[in-house]
Amino acid sequence: MDLFEYQAKDLFAKHDVPVLAGEVIETPEAAREVTERLGGRAVVKAQVKTGGRGKAGGVKLASDPADAVEKAGQILGMDIKGHTVHKVMLAETADIAEEYYVSFLLDRTNRTFLAMASVEGGMDIEEVAATKPEALAKIPVDAIEGVTEAKAREIAEAAKFPSELVDQIADVLVKLWDVFVKEDALLVEVNPLVKTADGKIIALDGKVSLDANADFRQPEHDALEDKAAANPLEAAAKAKGLNYVKLDGQVGIIGNGAGLVMSTLDVVAYAGEKHANVKPANFLDIGGGASAEVMANGLEIILGDPDVKSVFVNVFGGITACDAVANGIVQALELLKSKGEDVTKPLVVRLDGNNAELGRKILTDAAHPLVQQVDTMDGAADKAAELAAK
Amino acid sequence: MAIFLTKESKVIVQGMTGSEGQKHTKRMLASGTNIVGGVNPRKAGTTVDFDGTEVPVFGGVKEAMEKTGADVTVIFVPPKFAKDAVVEAIDAGIGLAVVITEGIAVHDTAYFWDYACQKGNKTRIVGPNCPGLITPGQSNAGIIPSDITKPGRIGLVSKSGTLTYQMMYELRDIGFSTCVGIGGDPVIGTTHIDALKAFEADPETDLIVMIGEIGGDAEERAADFIKEHVTKPVVGYVAGFTAPEGKTMGHAGAIVSGSSGTAQAKKEALEAAGVKVGKTPSETARLARERLTA
Repeated sequence: MDLFEYQAKDLFAKHDVPVLAGEVIETPEAAREVTERLGGRAVVKAQVKTGGRGKAGGVKLASDPADAVEKAGQILGMDIKGHTVHKVMLAETADIAEEYYVSFLLDRTNRTFLAMASVEGGMDIEEVAATKPEALAKIPVDAIEGVTEAKAREIAEAAKFPSELVDQIADVLVKLWDVFVKEDALLVEVNPLVKTADGKIIALDGKVSLDANADFRQPEHDALEDKAAANPLEAAAKAKGLNYVKLDGQVGIIGNGAGLVMSTLDVVAYAGEKHANVKPANFLDIGGGASAEVMANGLEIILGDPDVKSVFVNVFGGITACDAVANGIVQALELLKSKGEDVTKPLVVRLDGNNAELGRKILTDAAHPLVQQVDTMDGAADKAAELAAK
Repeated sequence: MAIFLTKESKVIVQGMTGSEGQKHTKRMLASGTNIVGGVNPRKAGTTVDFDGTEVPVFGGVKEAMEKTGADVTVIFVPPKFAKDAVVEAIDAGIGLAVVITEGIAVHDTAYFWDYACQKGNKTRIVGPNCPGLITPGQSNAGIIPSDITKPGRIGLVSKSGTLTYQMMYELRDIGFSTCVGIGGDPVIGTTHIDALKAFEADPETDLIVMIGEIGGDAEERAADFIKEHVTKPVVGYVAGFTAPEGKTMGHAGAIVSGSSGTAQAKKEALEAAGVKVGKTPSETARLARERLTA
């Protein structure tokens, strides 16, 4: 889960990383009071989960409370790379002397963590990495040992921070490492980390991504989720504990196992090339050992998607028993009917593996007019694409 | 001979007394695995009955190894306790730890991987978030169904469980030496490269099928390894061509970030290394069949 800047700032403050005071507002008028509290001047910053907002005009300096109201009004509602601005943060102003860059992240390739730091901050770090790789220090961080004071100094020195700043930078790095570990983050990035005219080091902008697998020990993270922005179908699926991602095609997909479902999306997209270019409408993994109830929940979500024209249920039973899947399909269709929902979308089902014979027989016996079975994954994908193209 | 797991393997189960552990211990026993014990400190000294087979429960991995000669552990403990379970297995010095558990925090996996490295990598870790591995006709450590296929001469390594099953099914008439599910998390123990290296050295494997998916650069690195070190034919498949950027597709590690981690890049890297890559699982199976009968 990626956080907004203001949420990252809050986490920084919680772990004593120096930040500027700031508050989030959702209406222009609220800017007046906040700006007064901040001393009469403020930086108005769009809160969007994408980069390049400065260039897009999403960051403006307000010289007084009335000006802050006007600037907030200009920024709220703005579209930045497809993200609508619903919130702005008003932050204290700072007299910036230097801009630096620091981050901690997961290094998948080396199966460890990585610290990155540069004295050339404030711009796109990918650009620095590409054009001036020598200006970006990359130091592996041992997962068990973490960032000690000595390690922090090593990072600061590798990035060639001025010697008089190394102590201060190292102190901030140790605290940022606290954020990274104690909040179970996958990424903690500060760009820019600034030196003010009076020599203070401050995290001026932050980007944090959190590991959803750690939610069991991070109860406070649930509140950070941007529930308003979630796709309603994705939110409904999440509430039912389903692993669902909305896509923009017409063939609804249900399968078991992340790899098989990803593969199913691809096979449907290939099949769609022959059928009016229809595409998969979603990713939905009902998981291992899925019960009839899970199947029914999944089908309800997918049939509730107005974009869906046909549904492809692709199951290879490993632990999942195909008879349970078949029962789930039958029950789901009955359940939807009893709720008064008129199911009109055709279902193509392919069952293989554990109890496949039994599952196929259940569907054959139920003889639902909208359900048809196809033996192979490729054949079923083709049929589902053909039906969606009609 | 197979790789990593044979009929000589003596297997213990951490988390055997839990519901998942019980269910799968029963299945592993039914497929011929030599299960010699379970681990649960609170139930040490008891036994669990699996259809007439009494399996003893020990207080720890070390004790279980001392009393049974176990050399493989399969870990089913919940995510919260997984780090401690793996660290215990490493401390005991067991040869192979298969971590089935899904949903382990990445900081915990990074920790136990680092721990395994510091202890000299005496414990091979497979997973986490994986279906385990099976050497058909010999032993089954994990949750892969044993009735899909038979012993044969194809080696399979895959990030995905159900795609492993699908591929075993497609090529069930030919059979497999060993199938290894390495897992779909961002940090895993045994990699594609480790399995490729072992299959290359295994006289009972004639062809290797490698299944990858979006996210990270493991497939690209495997391609480099194949170019340099693998003489046996390799057939590949990559899932996730249609996955959108920035969305996690089920597996915690399956995410396209910017222009990196895409299926297309992985396919191209593999093809540049001489690997035939199928567009679909069935085409991949056909390519494998052609290579074997050519």
